[in-house]
Amino acid sequence: MAFIPHTEADVAAMLAAIGVARIEDLFDEIPPELRVKSLVGVPEALNEMEIGRLMAERARSDGITLSFLGAGAYEHHIPAAVWAITTRGEFYSAYTPYQAEASQGTLQLIYEFQSMMARLTGMEVANASMYDGASATAEAALMAVRANRRSKSARILVPLTLHPHYRRVAVTTAANQGVKFEEVPYGAQEGVTLPEALARYETEDITALMVAQPNFFGRLEDVDALTDWAHARGILVIAVVNPTAAALLKPPGEWGARGADIAVGEGQPLGVPLSSGGPYFGFMATRMEYVRQMPGRIVGRTLDAAGKEGFTLTLQAREQHIRRAKATSNICTNQGLLMTAATIYLSLLGPQGLVRTAAMAHARTRELVAALTRVPGVRTAFNGPYFHETVLQLDRPVAPVLKALGSRGILGGLDLGTYYPELGNALLVCATETKTSADIDRYRGALTDALQGARAA
Amino acid sequence: MSNVPADLSYTKSHEWVRTLGDGTVEVGITDHAQHALGDLVFVEVPDAGRTVKADEACAVVESVKAASDVYAPIAGQITAGNPRLAAEPEVVNTDPYGEGWLMRLKPAAGALAAAALLSAADYQKVLDTEGG
Amino acid sequence: MPAREQVIFEYSRPGRGARDQWPQEVPPAALSDLPAGLRRSRPPALPEVGELEAVRHFTRLSQLNFSIDTHFYPLGSCTMKYNPKACNQYAMLPEFLARHPLAPESHGQGVLACLYELQEMLKAVSGMEGVALSPMAGAHGEFAGVAMIRAYHRARGDLKRNEIIVPEAAHGTNPATATMCGCVVREVAVGREGDVDIEALKGAVGPQTAGIMLTNPSTLGVFERRIGEVARIVHDAGGLLYYDGANLNAILGMVRPGDMGFDVIHMNLHKTFSTPHGGGGPGAGAVGVGARLLPFLPIPVVARDGERYRWLTEADLPQSIGRLSAFMGNTGVLLRAYIYMRLLGREGMRQVGEYATLNANYLLKRLQDAGFDAAYPQRRASHEFIVTLKRQARELNVTAMDFAKRLLDYGFHAPTTYFPLLVPECLLIEPTETETRETLDAFVKAMSLIQKEAEQEPGRVTSAPHTMPVRRLDDVRAARQLDLTWKPTAEP
Repeated sequence: MAFIPHTEADVAAMLAAIGVARIEDLFDEIPPELRVKSLVGVPEALNEMEIGRLMAERARSDGITLSFLGAGAYEHHIPAAVWAITTRGEFYSAYTPYQAEASQGTLQLIYEFQSMMARLTGMEVANASMYDGASATAEAALMAVRANRRSKSARILVPLTLHPHYRRVAVTTAANQGVKFEEVPYGAQEGVTLPEALARYETEDITALMVAQPNFFGRLEDVDALTDWAHARGILVIAVVNPTAAALLKPPGEWGARGADIAVGEGQPLGVPLSSGGPYFGFMATRMEYVRQMPGRIVGRTLDAAGKEGFTLTLQAREQHIRRAKATSNICTNQGLLMTAATIYLSLLGPQGLVRTAAMAHARTRELVAALTRVPGVRTAFNGPYFHETVLQLDRPVAPVLKALGSRGILGGLDLGTYYPELGNALLVCATETKTSADIDRYRGALTDALQGARAA
Repeated sequence: MSNVPADLSYTKSHEWVRTLGDGTVEVGITDHAQHALGDLVFVEVPDAGRTVKADEACAVVESVKAASDVYAPIAGQITAGNPRLAAEPEVVNTDPYGEGWLMRLKPAAGALAAAALLSAADYQKVLDTEGG
Repeated sequence: MPAREQVIFEYSRPGRGARDQWPQEVPPAALSDLPAGLRRSRPPALPEVGELEAVRHFTRLSQLNFSIDTHFYPLGSCTMKYNPKACNQYAMLPEFLARHPLAPESHGQGVLACLYELQEMLKAVSGMEGVALSPMAGAHGEFAGVAMIRAYHRARGDLKRNEIIVPEAAHGTNPATATMCGCVVREVAVGREGDVDIEALKGAVGPQTAGIMLTNPSTLGVFERRIGEVARIVHDAGGLLYYDGANLNAILGMVRPGDMGFDVIHMNLHKTFSTPHGGGGPGAGAVGVGARLLPFLPIPVVARDGERYRWLTEADLPQSIGRLSAFMGNTGVLLRAYIYMRLLGREGMRQVGEYATLNANYLLKRLQDAGFDAAYPQRRASHEFIVTLKRQARELNVTAMDFAKRLLDYGFHAPTTYFPLLVPECLLIEPTETETRETLDAFVKAMSLIQKEAEQEPGRVTSAPHTMPVRRLDDVRAARQLDLTWKPTAEP
């Protein structure tokens, strides 16, 4: 039975107490013509042993393949303690901490998470997470429109170097509220947003500029120049950053003279498994001056009736359950369990561990690029520094090459053909600290074999 | 029972209006409103110089359980928002008709005469029907 | 319960760390290509603690929580049923965890099979023609649903339809969602017996109506008896019906929203299908649609060609409202829901609806016998019901909030309080089907004891809780004196 503990005796006693003869009588307010006879399309129940076997078979058929894929989701070592603690029933099966006195564990953890993310991004305050990096980026656009009093246009500049899926999600989410996203092209040689591309907006009323660091190509943008350009024109800066990279690279709070205004990104690299794309979590941080415009839950520290320190959800009047039609967002659930994992991950790694992870990821990517560009027919696409992933160009179509690599047990990277056809035969490759020199050599060998044979025209 | 001073005018959305000697008006929220909201944690007042239409939302009062818009009772130009409320929003609870004023504005020509403001007695009737 | 635990930063000591978790250090030359102007000047100020310290700290934090695994949690509208361990274990098989979202479909036929079958089962229980799994929460699913309604009207050139009707008792996400979709909200009244006021609805519909958002059973815990009429009125006016699936547990296996006339629905997999609440997520808000809205489903969606599974993208669904997630939504959550639905099977779905309703009606009756006032005493409870404490508030100055806090001392998580706003001093109580009769009886006993205390020693109730790690928290102070990030206090 569906985890239902009732015995026949229980049911009889309960029906008697209610004063009906059968459970069926409790549904007498429902028009009979609406009642379902039987659920066609739902199979018979399996017991736990049977479903365990089915899932094991399916997992086995998917297998685990040596992967050099990045593009917004990154493979990192996750310490065993992270999920051992995160899946404790007290975290796993707890609800949103609305009754603060019964949820001090979750609330304090969120406070610690907010503190860590603020420090990692160099910003003043962070929220308790959003669905993922893409939706956090969309919410940042809506927030910028609310927060930028000077601008009336709701025009947001979006570089084409921002993750293509993030751009799509931003449009799907915000277009219905009158936000206009305008694409900013990138330099073909450089793979970054160039000052020239912004020239046409010199005197326009623009609400915000998005800047990704690293960008989708792994390239490093000139964040200081872009930030100062925007601020000189009263334009807010939305930073979209990788949290591992933020351990080594200048964080958004230190960009330009005044720092970015809103920082968002995908938190998955911080202790969350790849898991075919989710659940992940988005993070968002901003200046104190804009805290009331920030969507999502926020935890604050306060005192209890006996003067002792405690934690509670605060600034809830911005949220849907109070403000209703005028809420900052409709977000209700966030990604609590993932944020829990990230907090534990960051505590276990600490500053040195995170810096080393970032450094090793960068070192491995450089090693990968050096190894692969030694193969005839492979070169780097852009000049300039990158971080933990980069774009290679092949002398022939990428898809068959990836297929050949796949049959050798290697996922070689992301074919950029559908996203950036102007880059030709382009492949986005990534190596993190989880890859060894032997792995890289194996890739180089398989790629060499795949590229032998007739050259493409 | 909430306090409804006789010498002020009121709106259905629980704002009060006081005519000042210099032709400007002062606006705030009533005792009933502050009580319904509970302890205020944040108040946002409009900037001086802003032009507002009648019934335009131009301020926000926020407590832990609610956040409400405050509407301009008449058209005009804001001459001042109460600067004290940024640091001390609770003044609206303790002195809603005095130190807890939200904004002052210069009415547009003819706006005050044309406005359908309620007398204290009529506002009290509104409260009685609402069960305040 | 254990005493308070200090903030992790207070354990931090320079040089401490879980060194076994760190990669090797790389030589500075390996970073020489990173421009100095783009480098961080100092490492981020994360806590420096050893592994045991961290494990102890977070384990102790967990012990400060109530959870389904430890306490009865009758939160109305949240469906706090048992989260089966099997769902977690099999969703976290290493191969499922390791798969990159952009790995080729050929390397994901196993997980795609699970997702496809989940789509099919959700279609079956909802009575819908198509399902998309990518919305990452109920509110996200709502957004998708309303966006699809708008897209449908626009595609037909019907550009004036921008009004969404919601009952005055609706959950806050409903009007918030309507606004996010660029719509205007129009509220309609609810009658004294809890049903939508049909006459008010007739007056509210017109050529401006995009649709209506409803929950059934409603947020008042009762079945919308005239749903057939409601559907007819809205459809005749040219609008569509949106079903908020928050209360699906009440009718699972008994009634299908599609059969009630709904055109689009979202389901809360973290409620009805028992994926973990996780202290605030992750959820999954799968959406289902009737034939009219099929072209607008958010991508990606799983399709089957013969024996192979694949993703449908913008190319396959050119009228899709678009992408809601960077990848395909909360896959790990979807796998848990899949496992749960396979464990339930056809019969199990029906049992959920039956026993959730049995438990709610039993608890309602026992509380009424104990002297508590139901908000809708003449109605059957669905899977939840409302008790109002307005009499206690008036006569004893003890509120629903006070009862909620005192229940914590008795070892029960409080029900939902002050929602829906329509009923003063209300408790919205949802026991779910996985609770025993003894647990329900114990809850009634606790409520009776608190009532006695309210009559004889009200201070005990109004100053509750007494036995939790903290006393009642000052949330006015929390909002006035914002302390949202830890800062080291200066040494005296």
